Amino acid sequence: MKSLKILKTFILLSTVLLAHSYVNAQQASPGLTLPAGFKASVVADKLGKARHIAFNSKGDLFVKLDRSKNGGIVMLKSNGNSFEQTPAFGNYSGTGIAIHDGYLYASSNKEVFRYKLNDQQQVSDPSKPETVVTGLIDRGQHNSKSIAFDNDDNLYVNIGAYSNSCQQKDRQKGSMGREGCPILDSAGGIWQFKADKLNQTYGDGTRYATGLRNVVGLDWNKQTNTLFVMQHGRDQLHDLFPDLYTEQQSAELPAECMYELKKDDNAGWPYLYYDQLQKKKIVAPEYGGDGKKEADNKYIDPAAAFPGHMAPNALLFYTGSQFPEKYKNGAFIAFHGSWNRSPQQEGYFVAFVPFKDGKPAGDWEIFAKGFAGTDKVVSTNEAQHRPCGLAQGPDGSLYVSDDVKGTIYKISYQK
Amino acid sequence: MRFFLAFVFLSTCFSINAQTKKASTAKTSVTAVSSIAAGKAVYTQYCVTCHQANGGGVPNLNPPLIKTSQVLGEKTKLINILLKGLDTHEEINGDTYENVMPSQSFLTDKQIADVLTYVRNSFGNKASAVVAADVKTARAKIK
Repeated sequence: MKSLKILKTFILLSTVLLAHSYVNAQQASPGLTLPAGFKASVVADKLGKARHIAFNSKGDLFVKLDRSKNGGIVMLKSNGNSFEQTPAFGNYSGTGIAIHDGYLYASSNKEVFRYKLNDQQQVSDPSKPETVVTGLIDRGQHNSKSIAFDNDDNLYVNIGAYSNSCQQKDRQKGSMGREGCPILDSAGGIWQFKADKLNQTYGDGTRYATGLRNVVGLDWNKQTNTLFVMQHGRDQLHDLFPDLYTEQQSAELPAECMYELKKDDNAGWPYLYYDQLQKKKIVAPEYGGDGKKEADNKYIDPAAAFPGHMAPNALLFYTGSQFPEKYKNGAFIAFHGSWNRSPQQEGYFVAFVPFKDGKPAGDWEIFAKGFAGTDKVVSTNEAQHRPCGLAQGPDGSLYVSDDVKGTIYKISYQK
Repeated sequence: MRFFLAFVFLSTCFSINAQTKKASTAKTSVTAVSSIAAGKAVYTQYCVTCHQANGGGVPNLNPPLIKTSQVLGEKTKLINILLKGLDTHEEINGDTYENVMPSQSFLTDKQIADVLTYVRNSFGNKASAVVAADVKTARAKIK
């Protein structure tokens, strides 16, 4: 009788273990459409709201989870061809995660923390992070603090504007813009801090670039030695100014812009937006624009422009050698997918822009699509997966995170 | 005979009751149907961008209107969300949402009543109609 009980326990355990290893094994054909020669697999699933992702040098993948009740960072330990999920840590929401100089950095919506990595490149004391930056503004809207590093020990943090277009009444039909938009003092730009100094706040940092409504995807370009960012353009031109913009114009405009930033650059939000059809910087209707009036040329031009509202949530310059030559040093962009386009939403894919000598060298193209699980998304919550984070694996594969179901995709090229 | 009389009495009761009920249901539904149709037009013009065609909202940004206590609960509270807007980022069915709800007080009492009746009877919701008088009363209380 006792041996039967042991046998039963054994069978039960084996089943659980088998099921567990199945989950961790790579699942083929996740329904993505890719260029010829590429294949995709799912390496992890059901993690939660998986935002940005970062690899350590051993090939383990750190995933930043937003709004998780069981810890905000999870490490997927590499077992060669598959990953093993380890217990989550870090009791805070947020988006940003990166590895720099022996530390794992992660952001909440107000702070940036860091964890010392041991010789296995793992976090040895997950309960005691150091606070690198604190006291950043979080008023709900555009509160994610994405992070990136340069080669000189500087940390760049996006602080998104807590507003759509700095109207006197946010998102109120016809409400005009606030004069000398005060939001820009503490948000609507990229701030620079020291990577190795603790407890910094606004006074310790520099407003590196301003006039950026909300940046979620950003990456340091090692070829140009400059920061590139993807801005989420303003919403609702037609809803707010129906006499100036048709519903169709409002769906296409304004562009989602890629900017190359130099210190003290101003991209012009909220005073202007970039119209990718006219290829011009146009004065925002809140500040006296009519859809045609051009903005002052002191504001910088985008390096690349994309259709409106597709929500670029990650930017990655590809430095690997696994992919064909055309991808080398080019930009991958994870478009989270739109909500304020009518009658049909767009995005929900990973795009690619070829680069030559540090500049875009050709039109953007869709690299990976099919995340939404349907060709036609009318309402945003119909999308089954939404691309949110990007990382380059040690072997040159591209990894994509999804913050609907918490799926991690691996995309590889076979010669 | 006694049995027969009782039967006739009972049947009459039922039939009167049924007729009354039928008449009132029909009356309500005609009003509600026209209010729902008018409300759909208001929804399409002013609400659909954020709350989406299926009422599902946008994850993390704009709340859903499907079976939430805000939509199905007390009408005055719901009317006030439209009249005053909402920026408390309160929890809705266990999640929070980042965008603000702007005031819709530029809509007429009837438009607000219609759109709320539409929302309360769409996307799987089933709740009583909101009438223009309810909105008028709520609006009068806002200084």
